[in-house]
Amino acid sequence: MSDTPAIELRKINKSFGPVHANKDIDLVVKKGSIHGIIGENGAGKSTLMSILYGFYAADDGDILINGEKVTISDSKAAIGMGIGMVHQHFMLVDNFSVLENVVLGAEDSALLAGGLSRARTTLKHLEDEYELRVDPDALIQDLPVGLQQRVEILKALYRSAEVLILDEPTGVLTPAEADHLFKILEVLKNEGKTVLLITHKLREIMKVTDTVSVMRRGEMVATRETAKTSMEELAELMVGRSVLLRVDKDPATPEAPVMEVENLTVTDSRGVQVVKDVSFTVRAGEIVGIAGVSGNGQSELLETLCGIRRATSGTLKINGETIDLGTSRLDAADMRAKSMGHVPEDRHRMGLINSFYEYENSILGYHRDPAYSKGVLMDLGAIKKNAVAEIEKYDIRPPNPMLKTANFSGGNQQKIVLAREIERDPEVLLVGQPTRGVDIGAIEFIHRRLVEMRDAGKGVLLVSVELDEIRALSDRVLVMFDGKIVGERGANAEEGELGLLMAGVEDNQTAAAGGAQ
Amino acid sequence: MFEVLILTLDSTVRLSTPLLLACLAGLYSERSGVVDIGLEGKMLGAAFGAGAVAYITANAWLGLMAGIAVSVALGLLHGFASITNRGNQIVSGVAINFLAAGLTALLGQTWFQQGGRTPSLPDGGRFKDVVWPFAEQIREVPFIGPLYGELISGHNLLVYSAFLAVPLTWWVLFRSRFGLRLRAVGESPAAVDTAGISVTWLRYRAVIACGILCGFAGAYLSIAQGSGFGVNMTAGKGFIALAALIFAKWRPASAMFACLLFGFLDAVSIRMQGQEIPGIGEIPVQFFQALPYILTVILLAGFIGKAIPPKAAGIPYLKERS
Repeated sequence: MSDTPAIELRKINKSFGPVHANKDIDLVVKKGSIHGIIGENGAGKSTLMSILYGFYAADDGDILINGEKVTISDSKAAIGMGIGMVHQHFMLVDNFSVLENVVLGAEDSALLAGGLSRARTTLKHLEDEYELRVDPDALIQDLPVGLQQRVEILKALYRSAEVLILDEPTGVLTPAEADHLFKILEVLKNEGKTVLLITHKLREIMKVTDTVSVMRRGEMVATRETAKTSMEELAELMVGRSVLLRVDKDPATPEAPVMEVENLTVTDSRGVQVVKDVSFTVRAGEIVGIAGVSGNGQSELLETLCGIRRATSGTLKINGETIDLGTSRLDAADMRAKSMGHVPEDRHRMGLINSFYEYENSILGYHRDPAYSKGVLMDLGAIKKNAVAEIEKYDIRPPNPMLKTANFSGGNQQKIVLAREIERDPEVLLVGQPTRGVDIGAIEFIHRRLVEMRDAGKGVLLVSVELDEIRALSDRVLVMFDGKIVGERGANAEEGELGLLMAGVEDNQTAAAGGAQ
Repeated sequence: MFEVLILTLDSTVRLSTPLLLACLAGLYSERSGVVDIGLEGKMLGAAFGAGAVAYITANAWLGLMAGIAVSVALGLLHGFASITNRGNQIVSGVAINFLAAGLTALLGQTWFQQGGRTPSLPDGGRFKDVVWPFAEQIREVPFIGPLYGELISGHNLLVYSAFLAVPLTWWVLFRSRFGLRLRAVGESPAAVDTAGISVTWLRYRAVIACGILCGFAGAYLSIAQGSGFGVNMTAGKGFIALAALIFAKWRPASAMFACLLFGFLDAVSIRMQGQEIPGIGEIPVQFFQALPYILTVILLAGFIGKAIPPKAAGIPYLKERS
């Protein structure tokens, strides 16, 4: 094999308005290797790969493929140069079959019939060669995410990709599915393909890559041989300083239960039970973490508790009051009135209105509060005063309540939501993915606030798919799998142990303990 | 009685034709993710263009071409607003309806001074009914005679082309590369984009196909079924076609049956005009005119299941900023 790199990027720049997403990026990817690109959310990894795949055009800089300078004007050009990409959000047509998805855009004639049957044969060969089995006639919407991802890989291989880019491929996978994916990547490498793996998870980098490049705030800060580096070094490179992967806190001193959930069952609009007979307690002065791979009922659990989703059955005891969730018709405002604060999982969809001013968002959901109104009108003076106070207390930047919320960074947006919910002084705080898409500085701030909540004698229910976050913050960890709580662990739970529970491996301790109490 | 049935079915076919053409037009557009509430306006514009040109040239074919040209132009306007500039598709469609309603009346009055109508078409300006071989000879044969002579034979070319467009559309949609991409872009434009296909160009082609079929529909009204353009002669047919499209769940064959059903109701309402039904009395014409809408609402509410539109319908495609 020659030493010409499969891909070489020279001084790539890309800006989105005022945001300089990629600054003078240099990158050399060796042929037949697995090259990892690691960095925090928003470090510019996805932008860089989108440039390579022709989705965006770089402002300047050169791209060399197999030593030749090329211009990648669109995805079609990238595909033509043997670059395939598996996007973080799958680019599949849900109601098409696997076969139709694979041939889309690579049909070899204007009529489908011949092309489809030829594709079927080719697909069969690919499946055998790379051990990527999928039923070609299955509809995408019926396949689990792990298989959908396989279809994406097959799509790339069908277009005879030599370089395969995977953008955060394990985000939606269970640990077992992720391991299977890594095996597939090994096979691809042994077949001489080049793999670019984009991730923010150090563990994956250490496990499968040959070389790793680190990005931070739009810049490429280092490239290392994986064998000659360590998780600690990479973590430091990612954030630009040594990071405490732990949160300083004293042991919890839990008191009486503030929230008790009993036999909660939730059925979604498709009629599928997504939360199955879940019971647990949150006491004053503790943080209870709910761990689990995304899509195992945590979101629905949270939505039900905060009043935006109906339960099929179950009861909720909050501050001594018993509510039958199966029959009550309490909405989000009612739940807030019962002293439950809610930091939703997706701040853009549920927590904020991006086109509103900061001060408007700072009272969203509490706008009926007499403190902020004069009769039927809003008391703008009081609202803005409150907004300014929160901005100061939570160090929200830029400190301007008259700015549209969309102009704040992810971390500051999250602080707006957090400030709004915590400052109403709820007895229980429901928090979903508090640090998703948030920079590291804000993460530390948010974590500290949550611990302060706890120390002030409030109950906190934390739902997060980031295992590190769960382990750093929680005094007790409940693991959800397939809608059920499959295990409970203490503050110092082993990562591997939690990982197994999250993957649905039977727990022997839970049976002994008589379920999660 | 049999004769009444045949005559009713015969007019069902005639009345269904513009609905069917417009419905298939909407199908192309909406399957690609571009909601088209402007079918009505395009039909009206096409009817006027066809009527005017057919009158001036005394050539039905040139009239048809003009109708298509007007309709495609309006379609491109819709595309420019909603595909290129990512505007709201409903607003754009409504604007086209207003534009067509006003402009046709205005131009009609300015050019022909007959209150917005176009003058009655000369010979050759209309599509004539095609009499099939032996239709006259076997007219006396019971059952088959009238069936062949009235129902199958004796329609104009546009009627036949409308019904031929049904299998053709099915074939294009499910058996051609264009159809695969069209369906894909209406469901997941991002998947199409990353597969290296231009979302914009694909949607423009869909909008053009929609324009062509609406052109046929409009021309049918003014130079095949009628003999000249009349102010607002579409009278809501574009909206009924849209209802039929939802009713048919965006499927060609179902679209044909939905349009036939609505055409049948129309035919019955015409036949029932002024007729007393024993025990009930005269049924107001408006009742039959409202029936298609009522039926759509009732049947969609529970009898034919959920009509799920193409997932990306109505949403302008914008590359996601990561």
